[in-house]
Amino acid sequence: METFLLEMKHITKIFPGVRALNDVNLQVRPGEIHAIVGENGAGKSTLMNILSGVYPASTFEGDILVHGKSCQFHTIKESEEQGIVIIHQELALVPYLTIAENMFLGNERGRYFSIDWDKTYSRADELLSLVGLEESSKTAIKDIGVGKQQLVEIAKALAKNVKVLILDEPTASLNDTEAKKLLDLLLQFKERGMTSILISHKLNEVAYVADRITVIRDGEVITTMDKAKEAFDENKIINAMVGRNISDRFPKRNATIGEVSLEVEHWTVSHPLYEGMKVCEDINLTLRKGEVVGLSGLMGAGRTEFAMSLFGKSYGRDITGTIKINGKEVQLNTVKSAIENKLAYVTEDRKSNGLILSKSIMLNTTLANLKEVSRHQVIDPDLELKVAIDVNRKLQTKCSSVLEEVNNLSGGNQQKVLLSKWIFAEPDILLLDEPTRGIDVGAKYEIYCIINQLAEEGKSILFISSEMPEILGICDRIYVLSEGRIVGEMSGSEASQEKIMKCIIQNQKGDQLP
Amino acid sequence: MRHSLGIKDTVKKNTMLIVLLATMVLFQVLISSSGRGSLFAPSNISNLINQNSYVVILASGMLLCILTGGNIDLSVGSVVALVGALAGTLVVNLHWNIYLSILICLLTGLAIGAWQGFWIAYVRIPPFITTLAGMLLWRGVALLILNGLTISPFPAEYTKYFNSFLPNTGDPATVFSVTVIVGVIICLVYGFWALFDRYTKKKKGYATEPFVMTLSKVILLSIAVLVVFTLLGKHKGVPVILILLAIIVLGYSYYTSRTVPGRHLYAMGGNEKAAKLSGIDTNRVLFFVYTNMGFLSAVAALVGVARFNSAAPTAGTNYEMDAIGSCFIGGASAYGGTGTIGGAIIGAIFMGVLNNGMSILGIDANWQKAVKGIVVLAAVVFDVLSKKRVKSN
Repeated sequence: METFLLEMKHITKIFPGVRALNDVNLQVRPGEIHAIVGENGAGKSTLMNILSGVYPASTFEGDILVHGKSCQFHTIKESEEQGIVIIHQELALVPYLTIAENMFLGNERGRYFSIDWDKTYSRADELLSLVGLEESSKTAIKDIGVGKQQLVEIAKALAKNVKVLILDEPTASLNDTEAKKLLDLLLQFKERGMTSILISHKLNEVAYVADRITVIRDGEVITTMDKAKEAFDENKIINAMVGRNISDRFPKRNATIGEVSLEVEHWTVSHPLYEGMKVCEDINLTLRKGEVVGLSGLMGAGRTEFAMSLFGKSYGRDITGTIKINGKEVQLNTVKSAIENKLAYVTEDRKSNGLILSKSIMLNTTLANLKEVSRHQVIDPDLELKVAIDVNRKLQTKCSSVLEEVNNLSGGNQQKVLLSKWIFAEPDILLLDEPTRGIDVGAKYEIYCIINQLAEEGKSILFISSEMPEILGICDRIYVLSEGRIVGEMSGSEASQEKIMKCIIQNQKGDQLP
Repeated sequence: MRHSLGIKDTVKKNTMLIVLLATMVLFQVLISSSGRGSLFAPSNISNLINQNSYVVILASGMLLCILTGGNIDLSVGSVVALVGALAGTLVVNLHWNIYLSILICLLTGLAIGAWQGFWIAYVRIPPFITTLAGMLLWRGVALLILNGLTISPFPAEYTKYFNSFLPNTGDPATVFSVTVIVGVIICLVYGFWALFDRYTKKKKGYATEPFVMTLSKVILLSIAVLVVFTLLGKHKGVPVILILLAIIVLGYSYYTSRTVPGRHLYAMGGNEKAAKLSGIDTNRVLFFVYTNMGFLSAVAALVGVARFNSAAPTAGTNYEMDAIGSCFIGGASAYGGTGTIGGAIIGAIFMGVLNNGMSILGIDANWQKAVKGIVVLAAVVFDVLSKKRVKSN
């Protein structure tokens, strides 16, 4: 029997109400680069969190075997002792410490009460040259770019005697050259016998470096492909990734599509921190009255950034381009002016950007349109209570009273409160960013119904979602966004998951990869 | 939709008030059993109001700062000293017109507040640092103005606006009856307002609290008002400063609970990003609260120089701590977004009673400080724990 460096057997992980992983088996051979691909939310990250001890051994079912020996990880430290090191998508470096300090954080050289700095810095410099970084290890993290930070993370892993290096979307925030450099580094390490697990949804990258690819969908392993047996076929991978049939999970809509309400032309946005990095590039887009338009794209494609930059320039800098509402050009420089021009942005991150969790449903509902419940800046508390009850009843928010704290509500009901806030602001154009994220199927259906109702009232809706079935299910028209550019536009009826995926993959900038 | 406004909830919402009342009773028992008079002696009540007027004024402003996200203003005490010094110079040394002097003092407070507000709100220098700098700066300017000396005494035309009593007669019987009548009128106005509010709510078809609740609220508050006014009547009447305090407390209470900009304070403290994305200009909110704090510091300074009848270089020392302490004792969250003017006032009275009670008992001043520290911590711990229990229920 073949021996694996690492084996995960029958892994099942259940979150409250969701089965995130179902009987997943994964085998990693020594010295290979094993890629795990899947749509957003397929369960890739959950699987890796289990492997690295982020979710302790008792919280899931199944076994982890390293060198054929069963292991139980309760903390990240325990998995690192076995040589399993994960590099998360969001880098976990302390910006004001030096490279070396970061590399040996929690793994300091010397004794507890006397760190050996000479040893720290000389070892750090050795490791840095291994990953091809020329910076001195005494440079502060904040002074180097993301690409180099990613390399520091790898050097940090090397400092821990890594046997299996797990990289979660390592190229998500890198430009092409940096990404290429990183992938080549992985190939270099492979030559020296290191094993890596690469999580990505950029298929060209995966095909470039991986020896084997495991496709995960809805928490289950669909297939594992082996380069040695058969060359990778992107179409096959896409099919495996998205091949799920759509039933009538989406309510019907009877909206008449009217004239153009929103026109965005040549919209270009730069990253707020990294000079010259364009997050959105020359985006042209129109919305019509009564129309639900989808904005599809992978994580990091710039969907949220686009929507937020439209909404009173809440994101980015050096924003150029024009916005026309009902044919008239408008300047939306503040959120206030956006709201006054009947725009609403429903954030993807309801907890940190949308709701005031410690406050009542009522306060949250009226926050964006207080002038409706006040006269001369004085709030009428009775009227406020009444409208809050009315709006939330319309959306069927389940609560004992609108005076209840939003904190106490379920995800679906919190989302309804967020929607009620923006519906109460009486917009004509709604930018809905992942309005169904993290809520269960029943609540999703109710949100779709609300969206339909809004469209039937003649409002225009831009629907941003990572879940393709959902985009296909409710949108009249779909724009495909990739790396900050619109790479495709199709009507809802002609669109399919394969088409969207193909649009994205064919237009990825990484053309220089073979 | 039902509103659960049971007795249990009411008690839990008002823990600090109950703690305050319990503390008062405790001191009363200790004071009367040791034969040192009474906490509720008419002159002492008047004293309590005078002694703590500055805390009430400053705590009202400090609460607004804290609401925006746990931001505090450390410069308050120094601003009080500076404006006091200015008042002393204008009124005592230069004999300027009193109204003009007061106006200049208030404008100076506003300007200082705006200066600090600008750095905090628009340049985003952390409030702690900006106001720490202000604390040194304004104290220094105050010392420069005073040249290290104390200015006194203030003319009676000035102090009468802060220190005198109404009605202004020497006849105790008239004083007593007028004061009690004023108390009764306040109770009646409050009672009628409560009933009218209930009536209009019913008429518009809104939910109302149980009648017993309204009635018991009116009765309890009336008893408290009548007791205080009877005691004041037995002394010299209604202190003028009480009227000023009432205006400030009612005004700011209304501002925070009923107005749109007041609501913005809570929204910003609850979640600044969400507030921004709801169209709230959070920079302007921050600028306003610090400007306002400067203004109220000036008011407190004017009250202070009148009470001490002098403008001293050390005036206002530790005032910021009293104000901040009052807000937190009164249930304001150190992270912002939660807290009421009413709570801050209860906190201010609590601190006042603690000081006053221990002084009457003749406790050593050094001990007083230590005890105050422990009691402040205990009060807040008690409040936090009882609120936790409400949540888990």
